[in-house]
Amino acid sequence: MTTEVGPETEVKKESEQLEADAAKNKQDEATENQENQKSEKTVSEEAQGSPSPALGTQSSPSSQKKEKEPSEGKGISRFIPPWLKKQKSYSLVEPKDEAKKKPVEEGETVEERECQLPGEVVQPKGSVEEATIESEREAKAEDKEEKHSVSSAETQPAKEDNKEIEVEKVADEQEEKQKAEENRETKEVQTAEINMEKVPQKAPKKIKTVQCKVMLLDGTEFSCDIEKRAKGQVLFDKVCEQLNLLEKDYFGLLFQDNSDQKNWLDSSKEIKRQIRSLPWLFTFNVKFYPPDPSQLTEDITRYFLCLQLRQDIASGRLPCSFVTHALLGSYTLQAELGDYDPEEHNNDYISEFQFAPNQTKEMEEKVVELHKTHRGLTPAQADSHFLENAKRLSMYGVDLHHAKDSEGVDIMLGVCANGLLIYKDRLRINRFAWPKILKISYKRSNFYIKVRPTEQEQFESTIGFKLPNHRAAKRLWKVCVEHHTFYRLISPEQPPKAKFLTLGSKFRYSGRTQAQTRQASNLIDRPAPYFERTSSKRVSRSLDGAPVGIIDQSLLRDFSAATVGPAGDMVFDGEAVGQTKLRDGEGRDEDGSPTKISQLELTQDEKNNSLRVDGGNIYVRHSNLMLEDLDKTQDDLLKHQASISELKRNFMESTPEPRPNEWEKRRITPLSLQTQGKIGDHIFQRKRLPVKENQWTAVTWITKAKTEETYKKLASRAEGLCAGPSNADKSSHETLNVVEEKKQAEVGIEETVVIEELNRGKMQAVTDAGETRKVEHLSKKDSSSLSSDSSSSSESEDEVVGEYQPHYRVAKDTIREEQEENEDAKGKEERATKTIQSEETVQEGSKIKVTVEHNQITAKALAQENAVAIKVGEKNVMEEEKQDLRAEDEQLRINGDVSHVDIDVVPEIICCSEPPVVKTEMVTISDATQRTEISTKEVPIVQTETKTITYESPQFDGSAGGDAGVLLSAQTITSESVSTTTTTHITKTVKGGVSETRIEKRIVITGDADIDHDQALAQAIKEAKEQHPDMSVTRVVVHKETELAEEGEE
Amino acid sequence: MAGLSSSGGSSLGRCSHAVVRALPDSLCQHALRIEKGKEVDFARAEREHQLYVGVLKNKLGLQVLELPADESLPDCVFVEDVAVVCEETALITRPGAPSRRKEVDAMKRALESLNLNIIEMTDENATLDGGDVLFTGREFFVGLSKRTNQRGAEILADTFKDYAVSTVPVYDSLHLKSFCSMAGPNLIAIGSTEAAQKALKTMQQMSDHRYDKLTVPDDAAANCIYLNIPGKGHVLLHRAPEEYPESAKVFEKLKDHMLIPIANTEMEKVDGLLTCCSVLINKTSEL
Repeated sequence: MTTEVGPETEVKKESEQLEADAAKNKQDEATENQENQKSEKTVSEEAQGSPSPALGTQSSPSSQKKEKEPSEGKGISRFIPPWLKKQKSYSLVEPKDEAKKKPVEEGETVEERECQLPGEVVQPKGSVEEATIESEREAKAEDKEEKHSVSSAETQPAKEDNKEIEVEKVADEQEEKQKAEENRETKEVQTAEINMEKVPQKAPKKIKTVQCKVMLLDGTEFSCDIEKRAKGQVLFDKVCEQLNLLEKDYFGLLFQDNSDQKNWLDSSKEIKRQIRSLPWLFTFNVKFYPPDPSQLTEDITRYFLCLQLRQDIASGRLPCSFVTHALLGSYTLQAELGDYDPEEHNNDYISEFQFAPNQTKEMEEKVVELHKTHRGLTPAQADSHFLENAKRLSMYGVDLHHAKDSEGVDIMLGVCANGLLIYKDRLRINRFAWPKILKISYKRSNFYIKVRPTEQEQFESTIGFKLPNHRAAKRLWKVCVEHHTFYRLISPEQPPKAKFLTLGSKFRYSGRTQAQTRQASNLIDRPAPYFERTSSKRVSRSLDGAPVGIIDQSLLRDFSAATVGPAGDMVFDGEAVGQTKLRDGEGRDEDGSPTKISQLELTQDEKNNSLRVDGGNIYVRHSNLMLEDLDKTQDDLLKHQASISELKRNFMESTPEPRPNEWEKRRITPLSLQTQGKIGDHIFQRKRLPVKENQWTAVTWITKAKTEETYKKLASRAEGLCAGPSNADKSSHETLNVVEEKKQAEVGIEETVVIEELNRGKMQAVTDAGETRKVEHLSKKDSSSLSSDSSSSSESEDEVVGEYQPHYRVAKDTIREEQEENEDAKGKEERATKTIQSEETVQEGSKIKVTVEHNQITAKALAQENAVAIKVGEKNVMEEEKQDLRAEDEQLRINGDVSHVDIDVVPEIICCSEPPVVKTEMVTISDATQRTEISTKEVPIVQTETKTITYESPQFDGSAGGDAGVLLSAQTITSESVSTTTTTHITKTVKGGVSETRIEKRIVITGDADIDHDQALAQAIKEAKEQHPDMSVTRVVVHKETELAEEGEE
Repeated sequence: MAGLSSSGGSSLGRCSHAVVRALPDSLCQHALRIEKGKEVDFARAEREHQLYVGVLKNKLGLQVLELPADESLPDCVFVEDVAVVCEETALITRPGAPSRRKEVDAMKRALESLNLNIIEMTDENATLDGGDVLFTGREFFVGLSKRTNQRGAEILADTFKDYAVSTVPVYDSLHLKSFCSMAGPNLIAIGSTEAAQKALKTMQQMSDHRYDKLTVPDDAAANCIYLNIPGKGHVLLHRAPEEYPESAKVFEKLKDHMLIPIANTEMEKVDGLLTCCSVLINKTSEL
């Protein structure tokens, strides 16, 4: 479908600058596009009579996702020198063309074409739009860039999957359309043009299609024809469209391999390559169980979750007690049958339901008994009650894998939202929350997790598990990567690019994260879709109790026939098929306009998501984080790692921990000491990158202080935004972690260790990726904002999950901000494209500013590193564009107050992503860039000088060096004034029966030269003494960062 | 409606019935004890126990089933060890001490009379003392001690399938609850010894939930009884200030709780703590 898109995309990319022109053209073309879309999308959409944009959205729910990726790709491309871009695009294009060229098979093919065409049309639009958007984005915000870069990364690995990219582009276009009707028009025009182009291309190409059968959760089978080379996303989107499911990120498609093991279909890869010779049979399942189903937006999503859970329970996968079986069963009855009716519901009415693996008469009686008590509950309410109870089950959402521990004892590894659970028989014998895990890897049939050291330990430990076979180990690893990304990250990481060296798996979770999907679903604004429940076939009601109208089935059928072109080929299971059709059709047919609207809205959401997703930063992080050790490349990896490991170590060690708590640790051990002293290797790196390190350290320091503040703010926001019970839990956990970390800080050594780990992880990641990767990363990083990059890169590069987690918080914060930024960017894009809808919020503007700042910072860092001039030039251009686009205020900051930017921005950025890691990564990137000379953008950086001075009283060491003791309480208070920010950590510990209260104050003095820092410091110390007269000052650490010069072009 | 909905963290401590058992004269001489110590003043032990039962019955309004003592079972007063009741399900345990195995009979009859779903631990390889079972309202922690083994914990997990059951090694104490207990929803009272703190860390690591902790200086005082009684709110039975003054001060900081200090000096001599002497049951309906 998208084969043609590739070239178009290229054109689009090139035409980014030409956006204005494109927009004009778009308008002209819009009509054409609309027409094309309509025809392609089939009668159903036309029947709706909805505007073309609506059609586009409908056709490409999946495509929207895809669009994101492509957009990312574009973003990267922006950053990447033109020749690189061309390569990518070409490679993509070629495969697509080939696919298209493949002879289409007769009627089916035609049908597919129709289906595809809409998508294709959309895609081209998307690409054009994306291109424009991208350019806008770039100019506007680094975040956008990051995202784009991510997408590009994705696209690269998926070189073969040009189609998807195109689709994504299309989706983006759709989203854009949705965002602004005006914009939509232009976009439509664009799409029309694209379509025109594509259509001719398509015509010559013939597409091979394969019939897919998908078992749906209600037990019916959905079949459709799909292009043989289609990626998983295409099929998944088709299924979701069939189901009228918008919140689809929680779901996935399973296929069974020869050993009867179920595998998740990777939506970013070709189906054919995943299932190989297996039949094209899939099962639609819940992949990520939402920790709090009540936060799902739509009843229909909850309904499918209920269906999944009923299966889980009936099959015994989700164990429940007798009472719970009965209770859940009674809600099922209420949802499916409505109120208990003694006349209608005789003794047998229950027998068609299976509530438990071993259903007894006694249980059925209990179910009926409880069913009677649910009178008045609507199906949606009954589902909600069902889920509220089911979610509390201890095995809810736990994906179990058989394994053996190091001693050969049979255990189960459970992957869930919060981490990894270890079971022996039914007992939980251990648990590794994501934040505790530094790295996940597998080798042959072994699965390894590297765990952050505990308080008593100095070094991280690696725990190995034996899986039945290599495939099982890989499957587990993938599930872990996906779960970690989905639940723990704000946005997905970009998969490592496979340019020169391909080490390990490129697999990354490419879908939306929970945070993203929540944000997206918050934007869903369609009327509650009608859907029929399996057994009762009653019309569902929304929670409001509004009765759903009965749909004219004939209409529906028409719709299905039209929409599903290949419907004739579809295998319908009697009523089931009809029902499914009805579902899809219902929304659309009933109120064509409302449906369309909803779709449009969705598209918008998706756009937002896509932008977020685009945040290539995340991807970068992941790539390194989750190392996959393939047997083949093991030796190579080792060698490679060995060579690079030293560098990495030095680097890593020098890197401060991203966590806010670290500042305490640093107090104990000044940064400089940590960096230099701990490892001899450090010196080596330092020599290479002295400037970088200095900056880095300085930044880190500042970051620490500021970070904490920001962090808190962000955290609060993030939690709010991310919402979700899981988040709350996580946050609480994190709090605990913080406390523990504090203790560690006292110990001192532990802290160091952690940092080392982080560094190592990064190092490893870098190593694994190889220089090539580094280069890529560099480019990505350059494009992406510092904060995001750093956090992401560290995570990804480092195989260590742990970094993820600490980053996690940051990540969340960052994500929020990023999202916001993205939104801003989107807004900007829209503006640019459409002359702006001035509706953008002030917040967006501010956010945008932030983004810009990030870019600057990055640029600065790069500049220091003496990155390649060419790249720099590009960056400069980019930045200039951005600046132009930016609001005047933004420009002022950028151009005028460089110093301000540094000070203010850096902390903010750091806060967003965990600063230390980020910086480190930055450094790494820069190094890589230097080596490879591939850095995409290099912007001159303002050099800064960092000084760290530590005054310490002799007592302190004794207390600090000794046992951490028992932490009784820990408290953090933050206060701010104009130029100073004071963060107070109060920890109370008991050591050997003696309680000790330690108050650590971090005072960040921010300001221009006109502030007397010494005086401010003296004042701060004085105040501290006054406030706590009974305490003694044991340590004063002064960390100074001053600007040395401005090299930036900005 | 029963089920998980009523078993969330907030419903912890809901209680309508209690099962207690009188103490036999043989307690003084033959009750199991970790280490020889002062002799039990039986009269005083009885008085303390009567006070304890009186609080449950009269002050808190629970329906208390008082089982008669059995002289052949010197430890029979510690009913907690022979049954674990959660919601409508009761697991009759297989106590780790062979001399106590017969204690379950009377308990089983009592619980049957309350129409609970009775599960019996019949596996001869399994041992479980209720004192090793900490139910937080969200999940179970089972101490693996001299009295409780892995198999016993597995059976408990099979019995209460809705909940996660995590195992916690217990080394220096008789039971897991010898140094901890729930002092409120989401609040774990924990002793200050290294073993207690280590166990708490284990529990925190194993749990997806974040529990608040109430650290008290004395391990034994960390064993308290939290109840949530309609009309009375949070109720906490804790060791009297005369016994553990420092720990009592910690409890007294719980402003939201109705605090009821209870002396337990004599029973403690034979390793009996507050929770040991009752099985608390919440009968929400007659379903």
